[in-house]
Amino acid sequence: MTSIVAEFQRLARRYTADRQHRAFIQKGLSGYYQKRDAAKASFQSWEDARDLAAQTKYDAVNHLDQYLMEFTEKIEARGAKVFWASSAKEARDFILRVARENGVRSIIKSKTMTSEEIHLNDALEKEGYGVIESDLGEYIVQLRKEPPYHLVFPAMHLTRAQISELFQKELGSSPTDDPEELTMIARRAMRRKYCEADMGISGANFAVAETGMISITENEGNARLTTSLPRIHVALVGIEKVLPKLENLALFLPMLATAGAGQQMTCYNTMYGGPRQPDEIDGPEQMHIVLLDNRRTELLADAQQRDTLGCIRCGACLNVCPIFKNIGGYSYGTTYQGPIGSVITPHLRGLQEWKHLSSASSLCGACTEACPVKIDLHHHLLQNRRNAARMKAVPAEKISFLAFAWLMSHPPIYRMAVALGRIFEPLHRLVNGTALDPMRAWTKTRALPKLAPDSFHQQWKKHRGGKPS
Amino acid sequence: MSDGKEIILRHIREALRENPAPHPHSSHPHAPQGGGSSEHPQREWLPKVGETLGEQIALFASQSEALKTEFHRCATQQAAREVFSRLAAEGGWKKVATHSTPDTLALLEGCAPSILKTDNGYQIDDLESCDAGVTGCECLVAQTGGIMISAPSAGGRALSVLPPHHIVIARTSQMRPDLTAAFELIQQRYGANGFPSFLSFITGPSRTGDIERILVLGAHGPKRLTVILLEN
Repeated sequence: MTSIVAEFQRLARRYTADRQHRAFIQKGLSGYYQKRDAAKASFQSWEDARDLAAQTKYDAVNHLDQYLMEFTEKIEARGAKVFWASSAKEARDFILRVARENGVRSIIKSKTMTSEEIHLNDALEKEGYGVIESDLGEYIVQLRKEPPYHLVFPAMHLTRAQISELFQKELGSSPTDDPEELTMIARRAMRRKYCEADMGISGANFAVAETGMISITENEGNARLTTSLPRIHVALVGIEKVLPKLENLALFLPMLATAGAGQQMTCYNTMYGGPRQPDEIDGPEQMHIVLLDNRRTELLADAQQRDTLGCIRCGACLNVCPIFKNIGGYSYGTTYQGPIGSVITPHLRGLQEWKHLSSASSLCGACTEACPVKIDLHHHLLQNRRNAARMKAVPAEKISFLAFAWLMSHPPIYRMAVALGRIFEPLHRLVNGTALDPMRAWTKTRALPKLAPDSFHQQWKKHRGGKPS
Repeated sequence: MSDGKEIILRHIREALRENPAPHPHSSHPHAPQGGGSSEHPQREWLPKVGETLGEQIALFASQSEALKTEFHRCATQQAAREVFSRLAAEGGWKKVATHSTPDTLALLEGCAPSILKTDNGYQIDDLESCDAGVTGCECLVAQTGGIMISAPSAGGRALSVLPPHHIVIARTSQMRPDLTAAFELIQQRYGANGFPSFLSFITGPSRTGDIERILVLGAHGPKRLTVILLEN
């Protein structure tokens, strides 16, 4: 067993046993369910909207080269520079170079999961740059030196008491259990940072090919400040973020808001097409777009799973996932948690090391039903299981299945095995679930099904013998 | 530093050589490339909006209430000035920022606080110390209760987000039914001569739910958003 699997199992066990944690996450999500259902109900047809969104994204992904070129041409014509990064390292090195060449001293960031994916903050800090996360949830987990717990709600695992304690320690604030007061403490702490930063780093929710714009969705206003005040704006954009037309946003902005946070529309949806233009009064002097591949093209090459590139990172699949709700966000050990993370992480980071995530699923399909772009998530988990087995079968598993197949195709031996099972069943009850139990892997958390007193064969003989049909 | 453009494009084209299967999980009649029957297919599925101006203003008002946007309809400039003066007096405002349009200037005529105009640039700290920012907008969106702004229509990028109270002045002729219509307006207005570098839909005052998923207004942007709608 690799250490990644062992760590996953250790954390999953720990969080699952933590009833308080589970109850806290459930409570946080219950408000989301209500708001999401209300926002869905405001649509004339949420299901048709999903279909259209799925088709639009799928079209974009299937003409990715064409749309990326159009996007690049349009936004470069307006003074932005586009850098194409094949790997995480290329993206990091480029951003470091921009910082160095422009004598940047302080950097402010708005929320971007793609930067978590390439471990950008570590790289910047190692080179001596101060980096501040400006999204409240991200700021809280940054102060705790933790990664985001959830790709949309980064600090949903923390209580206000924990956050108050953190702010007292890190910011010297007075204790309070009022979420509003806590938010104002962060607001005040951040104000100076916006005014002083010379580089703002953001992500993008969408990249519009037709008009050469990136679109950023947020509630707090931190991304708007990050992209308005500093003299350099760097936007880190996965290549799969393209949409063909500006008008497509009329569909995607409300869908992202509904699926992501149960809002009809997120507070700020901003489209940026270049740095400050000659007739404008403010905005950055430079705008750099980093288009990141980082193995997305490998996912693209898998025609069966190509639709996963339609993901808009709304987090809806996490919020409904029974696994996520039990093991929490940290057990996954991935940038992207929950069902979508379990599907794409093996592609982005190696199937053999991450295939265990495909089994961390009940295959209930709640994720597939929740996905606003209709990614067939639970079937992709099954496909990943199959692909992992094809690539490198686990010997014990292979032998067990061979033995099982042989047993099932030899009825006399099967009957003998069942008869033996009846003899051993009462003996097993003595050791059930204990360290002596040979089937402990199964029985320590589950009940062993009981053998029926008579097999189907025996019953058939008995009943049919009595009443010939 | 060498750029990976050609490499990435080659990888994409190689990956796409395997023909796209139809979307595995969707079979919509309005396939975007299949020449769908409707010009704006999303309109059929998104939240419905009434056709008359009256219905749209009523929807905007009810959405505003849900979003905690303060919405005022004013028949005259004088009535709008009264709304503004009341806000300024209640908040004890000393300085407000704005940009020059006929309606913003009329709104601030004879107002008590001093005025910072961003038309020819501004110092960040100066803008940050303002009690409110007063801007125009591109249009209002009835469907979402939102306001669409751009760099030219809102005095730049920061005026509408840095001060703690954002006041928008709009005309009833600026009401648009939905997001689709707002994008159409932007295309018509700027499509030929170049878009502004900044366009934004503002839907309510700044908010966060990052602490225990409890709603708090004024996370980093304005705590309050006031829309003053003037009759044409």
